[in-house]
Amino acid sequence: MTGQPFDYFWLGKLSIDSLPFVEFIRDPNSNTAVGAFAKAAAIGGAMGLMVLLTVFGKWRVFWHEWLTSLDAKKIGIMYIVLAMVMLLRAVIEAGFMRAQQMLAVEQPGPLAPEHFGELFSTHGTIMIFFMAMPFLIGIINVVMPLQIGARDVKFPLLNAISLALTAAGAVLIMISLVIGKFSTGGWSGYPPFTELAFNPGAGVDYWIWAVTLSSIGNTLTGINFAVTIYKLRAPGMTWFRMPLFSWTALCTSIIMIFAMMPLTVATLMLALDRYAGFHFFTNALGGNMMNYTNLFWLFGHPEVYIVILPAFGVFSEVFSTFSGKRLYGYHSLVFATMAIAVLSFCVWLHHFFTMGETADLNAAFGIATMLIGVPTGVKVYDWLLTMVRGRVRLTTAMLFSIMFMVTFVIGGLTGVILANPPVDFAVHNSLFLVAHFHNMLIPGTLFGMFAAYYVWFPKMFGFRLSEKWGRISFWCWSFGFYLAFMPLYALGLMGAMRRSAQWFDPQYLPWLVVAFCGALLILAGLASQVVQLWVSIRDRDTTRVPGGDPWDGRSLEWSMSAPPPEYNFAVIPQVHDRDAFTWMKKNGTSYTAPEHYEDIKMPKNSIVAPVICALTAALGFALTWHIWWLTIASFIAVWATVIARSFCQNTEETIPASQVREEHERWLRSVKALKPAPREHETTSANQGLAEVVV
Amino acid sequence: MEMEPDQLPDSEAEDPRQEFREYCIGGILAVLLTLAAFGLVASHWLDTLGCLMVLTLLAVVQVLVHFRYFLHIDLRRSHRDELQLILFTGLILFLMAGGTIWILWNLNSRM
Amino acid sequence: MNKIRKYSRHPGLNMGSTDPETHEAAETLLFGFWVFLMSDLVLFALLFADYAAQSQHGVAGGPTPGDILDLKNPFIETMLLLVSSFTFGLAALAMKYRQDRTRLVFWLVVTFALGAGFVGLEVYDFTDMISKGHGPQTSGFLSAFFLLVGTHGIHVSSGLIWLLVLLVQVFVFGLNRNVKTRLMRLAIFWHMLDVVWIGIFTFVYLFGVA
Ligand code: HEM
Ligand SMILES: [Cu+2]
Repeated sequence: MTGQPFDYFWLGKLSIDSLPFVEFIRDPNSNTAVGAFAKAAAIGGAMGLMVLLTVFGKWRVFWHEWLTSLDAKKIGIMYIVLAMVMLLRAVIEAGFMRAQQMLAVEQPGPLAPEHFGELFSTHGTIMIFFMAMPFLIGIINVVMPLQIGARDVKFPLLNAISLALTAAGAVLIMISLVIGKFSTGGWSGYPPFTELAFNPGAGVDYWIWAVTLSSIGNTLTGINFAVTIYKLRAPGMTWFRMPLFSWTALCTSIIMIFAMMPLTVATLMLALDRYAGFHFFTNALGGNMMNYTNLFWLFGHPEVYIVILPAFGVFSEVFSTFSGKRLYGYHSLVFATMAIAVLSFCVWLHHFFTMGETADLNAAFGIATMLIGVPTGVKVYDWLLTMVRGRVRLTTAMLFSIMFMVTFVIGGLTGVILANPPVDFAVHNSLFLVAHFHNMLIPGTLFGMFAAYYVWFPKMFGFRLSEKWGRISFWCWSFGFYLAFMPLYALGLMGAMRRSAQWFDPQYLPWLVVAFCGALLILAGLASQVVQLWVSIRDRDTTRVPGGDPWDGRSLEWSMSAPPPEYNFAVIPQVHDRDAFTWMKKNGTSYTAPEHYEDIKMPKNSIVAPVICALTAALGFALTWHIWWLTIASFIAVWATVIARSFCQNTEETIPASQVREEHERWLRSVKALKPAPREHETTSANQGLAEVVV
Repeated sequence: MEMEPDQLPDSEAEDPRQEFREYCIGGILAVLLTLAAFGLVASHWLDTLGCLMVLTLLAVVQVLVHFRYFLHIDLRRSHRDELQLILFTGLILFLMAGGTIWILWNLNSRM
Repeated sequence: MNKIRKYSRHPGLNMGSTDPETHEAAETLLFGFWVFLMSDLVLFALLFADYAAQSQHGVAGGPTPGDILDLKNPFIETMLLLVSSFTFGLAALAMKYRQDRTRLVFWLVVTFALGAGFVGLEVYDFTDMISKGHGPQTSGFLSAFFLLVGTHGIHVSSGLIWLLVLLVQVFVFGLNRNVKTRLMRLAIFWHMLDVVWIGIFTFVYLFGVA
């Protein structure tokens, strides 16, 4: 960067070496080959998408119906697609890590240690910020407004901007695969390792900006959801008539409002250290890395509940729907959820019991940690009792939910073990910990999101997913999970530390082989989900559910056509009961035309969100590579866009009452023509989305 | 614009002078409290610990004054959502900032 | 219109019967903005906590708070900000009760001038400190100081830009519903920055000197 002021001005720290494939061409070996494969996959994927859009002439649709849309359902679906793409990448990376660890017992293994470090850093970062978060936010976007009887979220444009920021972060992390290298600092990015002195490259900066963008997006999402639930519930939907999924959405949003900020602060402080020579977390001149650890876990622990609570909500809906029963212990579930939300702010220190504080402090936080087990236990009993004496139907969603309950209890037990500071000192940062948190996150968050995907897919797209392939994927994921992660408990107790690229104890080998087989099975599970999607789209004409109620649902989201109209409800319903739609079905008001219709105001499409996505991705890239002209230009452009938008006056369009009437009546007529399906035929083509009412 | 009976204020009248007076009270109290705080330090009236305690108290009172007279937060029914929100935020801020200070000072004492 | 509509729908200045439509729309908009402000307060709380630790443990042989902080300029800054909160109140009353724009614009401009004075003085203080060799790179304490006080300063500056944009909108659109609810939100933002500043002048400046 010295001798070439011109290049430095225009290109910052970018150089020939940051280009893709250069490393592989210069020095072809197993390590660079894996890297080249990943780059090729990323570039190929992006090009493939563009070719497909061009060949099928779908660019216009893509732009007008999706990218610029402010409809919460579409924004939700885009979030979910983003999450699935990122899931695919992160699981493949996990496969490579398992392979490396298996092949690196008393030998170096195929991957260089630095490369292994990048793998666990991207895997962890993606799984948390670009898989779990977008997935659950997507599901909430689709389901929550429908469930509480609202036409949209309160701030639709803000919603699109949140997605834009998250997507920009994801774009950045995909670019890091192709140009330059990613951080090796793990998903938690602890300094001083991530400080300039030890990590001068661009990798940590990629991590900082990707995470910062997504955390800002998530804060805004939390605000949006919380206000929506507070202010836009349908008449009659009192707090204690609100479906449990919406409750968990509310609690998750509240945690997001308060807990994303510590992360943003931590990453920005780290950035100030790295870019401007501040001394927050450095080793010299009064910096203190423990400060970072504290801030990171002030976010990190509540984050765990951000990703688990919505899954709890999904499971609650699934257990009650597929047992054909009212949810058992509704009030206790609500209070347990609230208790967890508050407690989640009281326990963050358990992530650094070993940092050197006094035993008193550790004891206080250890006890607080164990307390969280109580409300969680309450939930498990409520779910069990919901199934008791119900007519349980083992659909794919239900299978995932039951597997969750069994597996999650095991993970919770290992968590209570870890909450003892003396025990934690022994297994801290070992594979025991890795096993524990995967044991919570995979059956909890991931299976929860899968269950949500299976339940609400017909609502989103109007046809069901293939049950056969769903089951195959279920068995692969479940057995795969046990095979991949139970050995890690043993390995951790044997002394295997996490983030190790190489081992020196031959006894580890058999366990690592089993774990690798588990990872393969998980990959097979993921592959069968891809096949499932393909098969289901191909056969969609046999699985359509125009009635909109394929599972004999209980809450309002099942009360309209599938997919729902843009405005969700032709008229906003009056809620009489906690299971609002079941009440309507029993009282014969579910498919009746209202007395009169009103004009509906909906937000117009807006190009603001895609513009902000492009600009903030450019901003992150420019900051990462020290391209200052682009940094300044894109920063100004982002705010100029926002200000320009504030001068737009016509941001809404009116759907006339006559059109609403016509669409609604057409749907009511088509429902009349449908044959109600008994529950035994729920997964056959007899299910057209109209449930038999058993009084 | 005519007011309907059920739209009547649930406490203060919709009265420009009354609302103006509120801002004035707030402004005067705020200035007085600030002067007191700065004066206390400038005059070296109390020993350090006493000074810090009184300063904290003055700050808390001034924050309440700002919330009451500039931000108009009070106990009225229609303000419940916001009041709850602010109190909950207070709790979380206390946990986060208090916990952070506790942890960092504790660690420092053992270095 | 119906019985649910009470006079006071939200904290802060209510438009009430002077503009029922805005009054109604303001309720959720302002609530949303309150929620945003709460997450902004988390930001400041963390920076305060960080400062509490770093200003004691992070001095690293450099200057301590007592060595370099003095009270003269912070006192003037405090007064500027306090008075600007009051003048924003007058602007809000003008918006509510008077149909003429002149008075509103007058008070907004006064508020802007006071706020700009605050930012100017703060920038002057910062450059002065840096030129004396007490920049943020000096020690953990000074890093934390510049981050905390600077973040507040950036907030005030963005408030000023927002105010300018709204002044333009007052002329372009007149006092329509959007402009009014935006001014109401800016008012809350502005008053809240005052609250944060109380913390800064107490815990950073006065504590540092005492
Ligand atoms: C699907 C199957 C998965 C497999 C096979 C897998 C495998 C792995 C492996 C091998 C590691 C590195 C362990 C080490 O440090 O030695 C890891 C780390 C991690 N995984 Fe997973 N994982 C999976 C799913 C998930 C999911 C669903 C999540 C979160 C929602 C997740 C979150 C993480 C995190 C946060 C780390 C820590 C990264 C770090 O050390 O910074 N993983 N995983
Ligand atoms: Cu935790």
